[in-house]
Amino acid sequence: MIANYGYRDGSGDYFITIDTDKCDGCGRCVQACPGDVFQVVDEDPNDPFREEPIVIIVSDKRKKLKYECGPCKPPTNRPPLPCVKACPQDVISHSW
Amino acid sequence: MAEENTQEYWRWTESHWKNPDIRWEDAKIVTVGIDVGSVSSQAVVMTDGQLYAYSNMRTGSDSPESARNALNFGLEGTNMPESRIDYCIGTGYGRVNVPMADRSITEIACHARGAHFIYGPEVRTVLDVGGQDCKAIRCDEKGKVVNFLMNDKCAAGTGRGMEVFADLLSVPIIDVGERSFQVKEEPESVSSTCVVYAKTEATGLLRKGWQVNEVLAAYCSAMAHRIITLIERIGIEKEFAITGGLAKNRGVIERLMKEIGLEPMHTDWDTQIAGAVGAALFSYALVQKGKGRKK
Repeated sequence: MIANYGYRDGSGDYFITIDTDKCDGCGRCVQACPGDVFQVVDEDPNDPFREEPIVIIVSDKRKKLKYECGPCKPPTNRPPLPCVKACPQDVISHSW
Repeated sequence: MAEENTQEYWRWTESHWKNPDIRWEDAKIVTVGIDVGSVSSQAVVMTDGQLYAYSNMRTGSDSPESARNALNFGLEGTNMPESRIDYCIGTGYGRVNVPMADRSITEIACHARGAHFIYGPEVRTVLDVGGQDCKAIRCDEKGKVVNFLMNDKCAAGTGRGMEVFADLLSVPIIDVGERSFQVKEEPESVSSTCVVYAKTEATGLLRKGWQVNEVLAAYCSAMAHRIITLIERIGIEKEFAITGGLAKNRGVIERLMKEIGLEPMHTDWDTQIAGAVGAALFSYALVQKGKGRKK
Protein backbone atom coordinates (compact mmCIF):
# COMPACT_ATOMS: atom_id res chain seq x y z
CA MET A 1 0.00 0.00 0.00
CA ILE A 2 1.15 3.51 -0.76
CA ALA A 3 0.23 5.56 2.29
CA ASN A 4 0.34 9.34 1.90
CA TYR A 5 0.40 11.10 5.24
CA GLY A 6 0.23 14.86 5.38
CA TYR A 7 -1.86 17.62 3.95
CA ARG A 8 -2.37 20.29 1.39
CA ASP A 9 -2.99 23.88 2.36
CA GLY A 10 -2.79 27.24 0.64
CA SER A 11 1.01 27.10 0.54
CA GLY A 12 1.51 23.68 -1.01
CA ASP A 13 1.49 19.89 -0.64
CA TYR A 14 3.25 18.34 2.35
CA PHE A 15 3.04 14.58 2.16
CA ILE A 16 5.34 11.83 3.36
CA THR A 17 4.74 8.67 1.37
CA ILE A 18 5.33 5.25 2.88
CA ASP A 19 5.39 2.13 0.73
CA THR A 20 4.01 -0.32 3.27
CA ASP A 21 4.72 -3.37 1.09
CA LYS A 22 8.45 -2.69 1.41
CA CYS A 23 8.46 -1.64 5.08
CA ASP A 24 9.39 -4.29 7.65
CA GLY A 25 9.00 -2.00 10.66
CA CYS A 26 12.73 -1.99 11.52
CA GLY A 27 12.40 1.46 13.04
CA ARG A 28 15.66 2.98 11.76
CA CYS A 29 13.77 6.01 10.49
CA VAL A 30 12.30 6.50 13.97
CA GLN A 31 15.82 6.77 15.39
CA ALA A 32 17.10 8.93 12.54
CA CYS A 33 14.33 11.54 12.60
CA PRO A 34 15.13 14.54 14.81
CA GLY A 35 11.48 15.63 14.73
CA ASP A 36 10.00 12.35 16.08
CA VAL A 37 7.72 12.18 13.08
CA PHE A 38 7.81 8.39 12.67
CA GLN A 39 6.39 5.63 14.81
CA VAL A 40 6.38 1.84 14.46
CA VAL A 41 3.05 0.19 15.24
CA ASP A 42 2.16 -3.51 15.46
CA GLU A 43 -0.62 -3.36 12.92
CA ASP A 44 -1.22 -1.22 9.86
CA PRO A 45 -4.17 1.03 10.87
CA ASN A 46 -5.32 1.18 7.26
CA ASP A 47 -5.08 -2.57 6.67
CA PRO A 48 -6.57 -4.20 9.78
CA PHE A 49 -5.85 -7.75 8.68
CA ARG A 50 -2.13 -7.26 8.19
CA GLU A 51 -0.65 -7.90 11.59
CA GLU A 52 2.99 -7.02 11.06
CA PRO A 53 4.93 -4.05 12.39
CA ILE A 54 4.86 -1.04 10.13
CA VAL A 55 5.97 2.56 10.25
CA ILE A 56 3.39 5.35 10.27
CA ILE A 57 3.52 9.09 10.79
CA VAL A 58 2.62 10.13 14.35
CA SER A 59 -0.94 11.42 14.16
CA ASP A 60 -0.19 14.67 16.02
CA LYS A 61 2.49 15.51 13.46
CA ARG A 62 0.50 14.85 10.30
CA LYS A 63 -0.89 18.34 10.08
CA LYS A 64 2.44 20.00 10.90
CA LEU A 65 4.85 18.26 8.53
CA LYS A 66 5.94 21.46 6.82
CA TYR A 67 7.27 22.70 10.15
CA GLU A 68 8.36 19.41 11.69
CA CYS A 69 10.48 18.56 8.65
CA GLY A 70 11.66 22.15 8.18
CA PRO A 71 14.99 21.75 10.02
CA CYS A 72 16.07 18.93 7.65
CA LYS A 73 15.15 20.97 4.59
CA PRO A 74 17.27 24.08 4.35
CA PRO A 75 16.51 26.14 1.22
CA THR A 76 20.04 25.72 -0.17
CA ASN A 77 22.58 22.86 -0.01
CA ARG A 78 20.02 20.42 1.24
CA PRO A 79 21.71 17.29 2.59
CA PRO A 80 20.03 13.90 2.11
CA LEU A 81 17.05 13.54 4.46
CA PRO A 82 17.98 11.46 7.54
CA CYS A 83 14.79 9.36 7.34
CA VAL A 84 15.24 8.54 3.66
CA LYS A 85 18.94 7.81 4.15
CA ALA A 86 18.34 5.58 7.18
CA CYS A 87 15.82 3.33 5.44
CA PRO A 88 17.42 0.19 3.95
CA GLN A 89 14.28 -0.68 1.97
CA ASP A 90 13.73 2.70 0.29
CA VAL A 91 10.28 3.02 1.82
CA ILE A 92 10.06 6.76 2.50
CA SER A 93 9.68 9.69 0.14
CA HIS A 94 8.69 13.32 0.59
CA SER A 95 6.49 15.34 -1.76
CA TRP A 96 8.25 18.66 -1.18
CA MET B 1 -42.35 43.86 13.86
CA ALA B 2 -40.28 42.29 11.17
CA GLU B 3 -40.33 38.53 11.16
CA GLU B 4 -37.00 36.92 11.77
CA ASN B 5 -35.77 34.55 9.12
CA THR B 6 -34.73 31.40 10.93
CA GLN B 7 -34.40 29.09 7.96
CA GLU B 8 -31.14 27.15 8.04
CA TYR B 9 -30.20 26.66 4.42
CA TRP B 10 -27.31 24.33 5.15
CA ARG B 11 -29.54 21.83 6.97
CA TRP B 12 -29.99 18.48 5.25
CA THR B 13 -32.49 15.83 6.26
CA GLU B 14 -31.52 13.11 8.67
CA SER B 15 -32.77 9.70 7.65
CA HIS B 16 -33.00 6.07 8.57
CA TRP B 17 -33.92 2.95 6.67
CA LYS B 18 -34.74 -0.68 7.38
CA ASN B 19 -34.61 -3.56 4.91
CA PRO B 20 -38.18 -4.95 4.76
CA ASP B 21 -37.00 -8.30 3.31
CA ILE B 22 -34.82 -9.27 6.27
CA ARG B 23 -35.89 -10.63 9.63
CA TRP B 24 -33.07 -10.02 12.08
CA GLU B 25 -34.44 -12.84 14.25
CA ASP B 26 -33.24 -15.30 11.59
CA ALA B 27 -29.72 -13.94 11.42
CA LYS B 28 -26.72 -15.81 12.73
CA ILE B 29 -24.39 -12.84 13.06
CA VAL B 30 -25.41 -9.24 13.67
CA THR B 31 -22.68 -6.64 13.23
CA VAL B 32 -22.68 -2.88 13.50
CA GLY B 33 -20.49 -0.10 12.12
CA ILE B 34 -20.67 3.41 13.50
CA ASP B 35 -19.02 6.26 11.62
CA VAL B 36 -18.76 9.43 13.68
CA GLY B 37 -17.64 12.11 11.27
CA SER B 38 -16.94 15.77 11.85
CA VAL B 39 -20.31 16.82 10.45
CA SER B 40 -22.46 13.67 10.16
CA SER B 41 -22.70 10.31 11.94
CA GLN B 42 -24.00 7.03 10.59
CA ALA B 43 -24.83 3.66 12.10
CA VAL B 44 -25.17 0.56 9.91
CA VAL B 45 -26.61 -2.74 11.11
CA MET B 46 -25.78 -5.88 9.12
CA THR B 47 -27.25 -9.35 9.43
CA ASP B 48 -24.88 -12.03 8.11
CA GLY B 49 -23.13 -9.44 5.95
CA GLN B 50 -26.38 -8.09 4.45
CA LEU B 51 -27.39 -4.47 4.94
CA TYR B 52 -30.29 -4.55 7.36
CA ALA B 53 -30.71 -1.01 8.69
CA TYR B 54 -28.93 2.32 8.80
CA SER B 55 -29.23 5.85 10.05
CA ASN B 56 -27.66 9.13 8.98
CA MET B 57 -27.62 12.09 11.37
CA ARG B 58 -25.76 15.26 12.22
CA THR B 59 -22.88 14.93 14.66
CA GLY B 60 -23.42 16.93 17.82
CA SER B 61 -20.79 18.45 20.08
CA ASP B 62 -20.46 15.19 21.97
CA SER B 63 -19.07 12.22 20.02
CA PRO B 64 -20.22 9.42 22.39
CA GLU B 65 -23.71 10.89 22.37
CA SER B 66 -23.71 11.22 18.57
CA ALA B 67 -22.71 7.57 18.27
CA ARG B 68 -25.45 6.57 20.68
CA ASN B 69 -28.07 8.65 18.85
CA ALA B 70 -27.05 7.24 15.48
CA LEU B 71 -27.33 3.66 16.76
CA ASN B 72 -30.69 4.29 18.44
CA PHE B 73 -32.02 5.93 15.29
CA GLY B 74 -30.72 3.01 13.19
CA LEU B 75 -32.39 0.44 15.44
CA GLU B 76 -35.64 2.42 15.62
CA GLY B 77 -38.59 0.32 14.53
CA THR B 78 -36.58 -2.91 14.35
CA ASN B 79 -37.28 -4.13 17.92
CA MET B 80 -33.75 -5.47 17.98
CA PRO B 81 -32.22 -5.34 21.45
CA GLU B 82 -28.68 -4.01 21.56
CA SER B 83 -27.54 -7.20 23.26
CA ARG B 84 -28.16 -9.00 19.95
CA ILE B 85 -25.19 -7.22 18.37
CA ASP B 86 -22.24 -9.57 18.03
CA TYR B 87 -19.59 -7.02 17.20
CA CYS B 88 -19.36 -3.28 16.68
CA ILE B 89 -16.61 -1.19 15.09
CA GLY B 90 -16.26 2.57 15.32
CA THR B 91 -14.73 4.61 12.50
CA GLY B 92 -14.38 8.20 11.35
CA TYR B 93 -12.97 11.29 12.95
CA GLY B 94 -14.59 10.48 16.33
CA ARG B 95 -13.90 6.72 16.21
CA VAL B 96 -12.12 6.58 19.56
CA ASN B 97 -15.21 8.04 21.21
CA VAL B 98 -17.72 5.35 20.31
CA PRO B 99 -18.56 3.76 23.69
CA MET B 100 -20.34 0.67 22.34
CA ALA B 101 -17.56 -0.20 19.86
CA ASP B 102 -15.39 -3.25 20.43
CA ARG B 103 -12.57 -1.67 18.46
CA SER B 104 -11.92 1.10 15.96
CA ILE B 105 -10.62 1.03 12.39
CA THR B 106 -9.49 4.02 10.33
CA GLU B 107 -11.94 5.61 7.93
CA ILE B 108 -9.54 4.96 5.04
CA ALA B 109 -9.88 1.18 5.37
CA CYS B 110 -13.62 1.41 6.07
CA HIS B 111 -14.42 3.67 3.13
CA ALA B 112 -12.62 1.45 0.66
CA ARG B 113 -14.46 -1.59 1.98
CA GLY B 114 -17.78 0.24 2.13
CA ALA B 115 -17.50 1.64 -1.40
CA HIS B 116 -16.61 -1.86 -2.61
CA PHE B 117 -19.90 -3.07 -1.09
CA ILE B 118 -22.25 -0.28 -2.16
CA TYR B 119 -20.79 0.27 -5.63
CA GLY B 120 -19.60 -3.26 -6.38
CA PRO B 121 -16.20 -4.92 -6.84
CA GLU B 122 -15.34 -3.00 -10.03
CA VAL B 123 -14.56 0.12 -8.05
CA ARG B 124 -10.87 1.09 -8.14
CA THR B 125 -10.81 4.73 -7.11
CA VAL B 126 -12.90 6.03 -4.24
CA LEU B 127 -13.26 9.69 -3.57
CA ASP B 128 -14.84 10.55 -0.27
CA VAL B 129 -15.72 14.15 0.29
CA GLY B 130 -16.82 14.41 3.87
CA GLY B 131 -17.74 17.23 6.18
CA GLN B 132 -14.27 18.52 6.86
CA ASP B 133 -11.92 16.37 4.90
CA CYS B 134 -11.31 14.83 1.56
CA LYS B 135 -10.02 11.30 1.03
CA ALA B 136 -8.83 9.73 -2.17
CA ILE B 137 -8.36 5.97 -2.07
CA ARG B 138 -7.36 3.40 -4.68
CA CYS B 139 -8.39 -0.13 -3.89
CA ASP B 140 -8.15 -3.60 -5.40
CA GLU B 141 -10.90 -6.04 -6.39
CA LYS B 142 -11.30 -7.11 -2.76
CA GLY B 143 -11.81 -3.59 -1.48
CA LYS B 144 -8.34 -3.48 0.06
CA VAL B 145 -6.54 -0.14 0.05
CA VAL B 146 -3.54 0.11 -2.32
CA ASN B 147 -2.95 3.86 -2.25
CA PHE B 148 -4.52 6.61 -0.22
CA LEU B 149 -4.32 10.24 0.66
CA MET B 150 -6.33 12.27 3.09
CA ASN B 151 -6.45 16.01 3.50
CA ASP B 152 -8.02 16.99 6.79
CA LYS B 153 -6.03 20.08 7.57
CA CYS B 154 -7.96 22.45 5.37
CA ALA B 155 -11.75 22.45 4.92
CA ALA B 156 -11.63 24.19 1.53
CA GLY B 157 -13.48 22.08 -0.99
CA THR B 158 -15.35 19.96 1.57
CA GLY B 159 -18.96 19.49 2.61
CA ARG B 160 -18.80 22.06 5.36
CA GLY B 161 -17.52 24.61 2.84
CA MET B 162 -20.56 23.92 0.71
CA GLU B 163 -22.88 24.30 3.72
CA VAL B 164 -21.38 27.70 4.53
CA PHE B 165 -21.75 28.79 0.94
CA ALA B 166 -25.37 27.63 0.73
CA ASP B 167 -26.16 29.57 3.88
CA LEU B 168 -24.43 32.71 2.62
CA LEU B 169 -26.45 32.71 -0.58
CA SER B 170 -29.69 31.57 1.11
CA VAL B 171 -30.00 28.54 -1.14
CA PRO B 172 -31.12 25.25 0.46
CA ILE B 173 -28.14 22.88 0.34
CA ILE B 174 -30.01 20.22 -1.65
CA ASP B 175 -30.78 22.74 -4.42
CA VAL B 176 -27.21 23.96 -4.88
CA GLY B 177 -26.29 21.36 -7.51
CA GLU B 178 -29.40 21.89 -9.62
CA ARG B 179 -29.27 25.67 -9.48
CA SER B 180 -25.58 25.80 -10.37
CA PHE B 181 -26.58 24.53 -13.82
CA GLN B 182 -29.26 27.17 -14.33
CA VAL B 183 -26.82 29.61 -15.87
CA LYS B 184 -26.58 30.93 -19.43
CA GLU B 185 -22.91 30.10 -19.66
CA GLU B 186 -20.44 28.54 -17.30
CA PRO B 187 -18.75 31.33 -15.32
CA GLU B 188 -15.11 31.40 -14.37
CA SER B 189 -14.28 29.53 -11.12
CA VAL B 190 -13.88 31.53 -7.94
CA SER B 191 -10.21 32.01 -7.10
CA SER B 192 -10.35 30.39 -3.68
CA THR B 193 -12.49 27.71 -2.03
CA CYS B 194 -11.37 28.85 1.41
CA VAL B 195 -14.32 28.61 3.79
CA VAL B 196 -13.12 31.58 5.83
CA TYR B 197 -13.04 33.79 2.74
CA ALA B 198 -16.24 32.36 1.26
CA LYS B 199 -18.23 35.41 2.21
CA THR B 200 -15.71 37.85 0.73
CA GLU B 201 -15.63 35.78 -2.43
CA ALA B 202 -19.42 35.55 -2.76
CA THR B 203 -20.28 39.14 -1.89
CA GLY B 204 -17.57 40.39 -4.23
CA LEU B 205 -19.16 38.59 -7.16
CA LEU B 206 -22.73 39.59 -6.20
CA ARG B 207 -21.63 43.21 -6.03
CA LYS B 208 -20.26 42.89 -9.55
CA GLY B 209 -23.78 41.96 -10.62
CA TRP B 210 -23.49 38.17 -10.82
CA GLN B 211 -26.66 36.13 -10.34
CA VAL B 212 -26.81 33.78 -7.33
CA ASN B 213 -26.83 30.75 -9.65
CA GLU B 214 -23.69 31.99 -11.38
CA VAL B 215 -21.91 32.37 -8.05
CA LEU B 216 -22.96 28.81 -7.16
CA ALA B 217 -21.64 27.55 -10.48
CA ALA B 218 -18.33 29.34 -9.95
CA TYR B 219 -17.98 27.84 -6.47
CA CYS B 220 -18.93 24.31 -7.56
CA SER B 221 -16.41 24.38 -10.35
CA ALA B 222 -13.66 25.70 -8.05
CA MET B 223 -14.40 22.88 -5.62
CA ALA B 224 -14.33 20.29 -8.40
CA HIS B 225 -10.97 21.60 -9.55
CA ARG B 226 -9.50 21.56 -6.08
CA ILE B 227 -10.60 17.97 -5.50
CA ILE B 228 -9.13 16.85 -8.83
CA THR B 229 -5.67 18.23 -8.06
CA LEU B 230 -5.76 16.22 -4.85
CA ILE B 231 -6.84 12.89 -6.39
CA GLU B 232 -4.30 13.27 -9.19
CA ARG B 233 -1.62 12.69 -6.58
CA ILE B 234 -2.74 9.06 -6.11
CA GLY B 235 -3.68 8.54 -9.76
CA ILE B 236 -7.17 7.97 -11.13
CA GLU B 237 -8.20 4.53 -12.29
CA LYS B 238 -11.55 3.28 -13.57
CA GLU B 239 -14.14 2.59 -12.10
CA PHE B 240 -14.56 5.77 -10.15
CA ALA B 241 -16.92 6.02 -7.17
CA ILE B 242 -17.78 8.93 -4.95
CA THR B 243 -18.91 8.58 -1.36
CA GLY B 244 -19.79 11.08 1.33
CA GLY B 245 -22.28 13.89 1.36
CA LEU B 246 -20.84 15.75 -1.60
CA ALA B 247 -21.70 12.83 -3.88
CA LYS B 248 -25.25 14.18 -3.65
CA ASN B 249 -24.28 17.53 -5.17
CA ARG B 250 -24.36 17.18 -8.94
CA GLY B 251 -23.04 20.70 -9.33
CA VAL B 252 -19.62 19.59 -8.12
CA ILE B 253 -19.69 15.96 -9.24
CA GLU B 254 -20.66 16.54 -12.87
CA ARG B 255 -18.06 19.27 -13.28
CA LEU B 256 -15.46 17.04 -11.66
CA MET B 257 -16.24 14.02 -13.83
CA LYS B 258 -16.26 16.16 -16.96
CA GLU B 259 -12.79 17.46 -16.16
CA ILE B 260 -11.31 14.00 -15.58
CA GLY B 261 -13.30 12.53 -18.47
CA LEU B 262 -14.93 9.62 -16.65
CA GLU B 263 -18.42 8.48 -15.78
CA PRO B 264 -19.07 8.09 -12.06
CA MET B 265 -20.48 4.79 -10.82
CA HIS B 266 -24.10 4.77 -9.74
CA THR B 267 -25.64 3.46 -6.55
CA ASP B 268 -29.09 3.52 -5.00
CA TRP B 269 -27.60 3.46 -1.50
CA ASP B 270 -27.07 6.59 0.52
CA THR B 271 -23.47 7.58 -0.29
CA GLN B 272 -22.93 8.90 3.22
CA ILE B 273 -23.10 5.45 4.82
CA ALA B 274 -20.00 4.02 3.07
CA GLY B 275 -17.71 4.34 6.09
CA ALA B 276 -20.18 2.71 8.48
CA VAL B 277 -20.90 -0.06 5.96
CA GLY B 278 -17.17 -0.78 5.80
CA ALA B 279 -16.97 -0.89 9.60
CA ALA B 280 -19.92 -3.30 9.80
CA LEU B 281 -18.29 -5.52 7.14
CA PHE B 282 -14.99 -5.57 9.04
CA SER B 283 -16.99 -6.53 12.15
CA TYR B 284 -18.57 -9.39 10.21
CA ALA B 285 -15.19 -10.57 8.93
CA LEU B 286 -13.71 -10.48 12.43
CA VAL B 287 -16.58 -12.50 13.91
CA GLN B 288 -16.26 -15.04 11.10
CA LYS B 289 -12.56 -15.35 11.81
CA GLY B 290 -13.41 -16.10 15.41
CA LYS B 291 -11.97 -12.81 16.60
CA GLY B 292 -15.30 -11.51 17.75
CA ARG B 293 -16.43 -10.33 21.14
CA LYS B 294 -15.82 -12.69 24.05
CA LYS B 295 -19.19 -13.51 25.53
